[in-house]
Amino acid sequence: MKKYTNTGSKDTRSGFGAGMTELGQKNENVVALCADLIGSLKFDDFKKNHPERFFQIGIAEANMIGIAAGLTIGGKIPFTGTFANFSTGRVYDQIRQSVAYSEKNVKICASHAGLTLGEDGATHQILEDIGLMKMLPGMTVINTCDYNQTKAATLALADHHGPAYLRFGRPVVPNFTSTDAPFVIGKAIILNEGTDVTIIATGHLVWEALLAAEALEAKGISAEVINIHTIKPLDDEAILKSVAKTGCVVTAEEHNFLGGLGESVSRVLAVNNPKPQEFVAVNDSFGESGTPEQLMEKYKLNNKAIIEAAERVIKRK
Amino acid sequence: MSNTQHLQDFTTQTRRDILRMVHAVNSGHPGGSLGCAEFLTVLYQQLLQRNPGFSMDGIGEDIFFLSNGHISPIFYSVLARSGYFPVSELATFRKLNSRLQGHPTTHDGLPGVRMAAGSLGQGLSVAIGAAQAKKLNHDAHLVYVLTGDGELQEGQNWEAIMYASAKKVDNLIATIDFNGQQIDGATNDVLNMGNLKTKFEAFDWDVLEIKEGNNIEAIIKGMEEAKSRTGKGKPVCVLLHTVMGNGVDFMMHTHAWHGKAPNDDQLAVGLAQNLETLGDY
Repeated sequence: MKKYTNTGSKDTRSGFGAGMTELGQKNENVVALCADLIGSLKFDDFKKNHPERFFQIGIAEANMIGIAAGLTIGGKIPFTGTFANFSTGRVYDQIRQSVAYSEKNVKICASHAGLTLGEDGATHQILEDIGLMKMLPGMTVINTCDYNQTKAATLALADHHGPAYLRFGRPVVPNFTSTDAPFVIGKAIILNEGTDVTIIATGHLVWEALLAAEALEAKGISAEVINIHTIKPLDDEAILKSVAKTGCVVTAEEHNFLGGLGESVSRVLAVNNPKPQEFVAVNDSFGESGTPEQLMEKYKLNNKAIIEAAERVIKRK
Repeated sequence: MSNTQHLQDFTTQTRRDILRMVHAVNSGHPGGSLGCAEFLTVLYQQLLQRNPGFSMDGIGEDIFFLSNGHISPIFYSVLARSGYFPVSELATFRKLNSRLQGHPTTHDGLPGVRMAAGSLGQGLSVAIGAAQAKKLNHDAHLVYVLTGDGELQEGQNWEAIMYASAKKVDNLIATIDFNGQQIDGATNDVLNMGNLKTKFEAFDWDVLEIKEGNNIEAIIKGMEEAKSRTGKGKPVCVLLHTVMGNGVDFMMHTHAWHGKAPNDDQLAVGLAQNLETLGDY
């Protein structure tokens, strides 16, 4: 199996912050908006270097989305930043009408997504945001897996015209993608080629998928691992090509199985080539307080869960 | 130079457009549309510094946002008659495959529309963003926004009102269509908002009132005054006292025609009170 090395664990949100720092220097049309979470979103450098292009909105997310939409009228490229819960569920109608339906070039950037927010508990642990955002016509939905990929995605979004949702998180996780890996929106990345099962993972579950593939290999099972960073538009072709070879699939995501990556993959398979699928995802529940590791264990979102799902789905072939 | 006869004729024609558009599809919102006919006429025919044609960015010109999108009939009529798209297209209002959707949208590329509106309470935030973009672009033109009064019951407005003064967004004129009516009745009965003037002042806006919001000369005078107060560190609010349904006697002073179309007989009465001036579409 192809080897991936953790070059030093970091949080994905810091990748976003580094991307914003670089964009600040490279693209004078990029502006940043924040709803009282500068430190959490790693906006400190951007704010310091470009105070005139940084908008502190206060705790008023609906107003932030509207202002971002307005800033596009005048040619600005706004990146809004707050927690994933306040970036989506709280402001769904503002995003729907003022951004998506109005076709505004707003980048909604969301940290602290999913269970790995940890101890703050379910009020802050949104597990529905991918579903909310992918249902909006014209919205690009991206969930990155590590620091480098999050930075690359942030840079790529500035060159992409149209509304987009960028999802990342708080915990320190392995950084294993290469710094010079091209980030192509909508293009899946085959991390490991295999023949017995396809594991399709997004976000923090990608590293877990690699660990699972390694363990499966030791058991004589050859797993193909696909990193889907763009959930919408989904790379149907890469998925179909892989599943045609392996005949079954496990999807893995830090999200409710309802509305997540898994359902998007199911649709592609149902329409084109129905095959057995197992879901590593939250089973339609809210989260709770705990450490990220405890929560990922309790809610079955780790490499162990992926291994079990792979063994189950292979038996269903 | 003001030409109030032209503006009067223009307004009368827009009233005919509103009645005919809404009647043709037996749906739409004539009450608020009629109440704002004079205001939007003055805005587009006299006040706004507009570039020829339409560019979404609106750089180098004044721009306007309609937040209370349900008064789309008057918006469309004024846009068409101000040259943004053919007047004949008004006949497609609310019909299948039309660019003139029930509520305005950018989705179909209708010139003159920069933001979808319909779900209330969002236009003021958007206008603030556009005003801040103008400042970043060193563009000295103004941003105008119109909201309903009942619409101020939406909380997002108060986030925006707080923000605009705190950030000194002083290239913005927000006009409130102060007709005192909303779908379920008088605003004072549905949810009494108290004294809007003192509320805006408490949020550190510069507030002025146009008591005769259906009088063209009063609107010109009031809006010129509003313009003169921009650039002085505060956002400007205009409380525009209007009469819902103005210009069609049986539609006036009631919320009954907020979202109801006239029948054939009522249309005839309304049109007889507003004789053709610039030519029907």
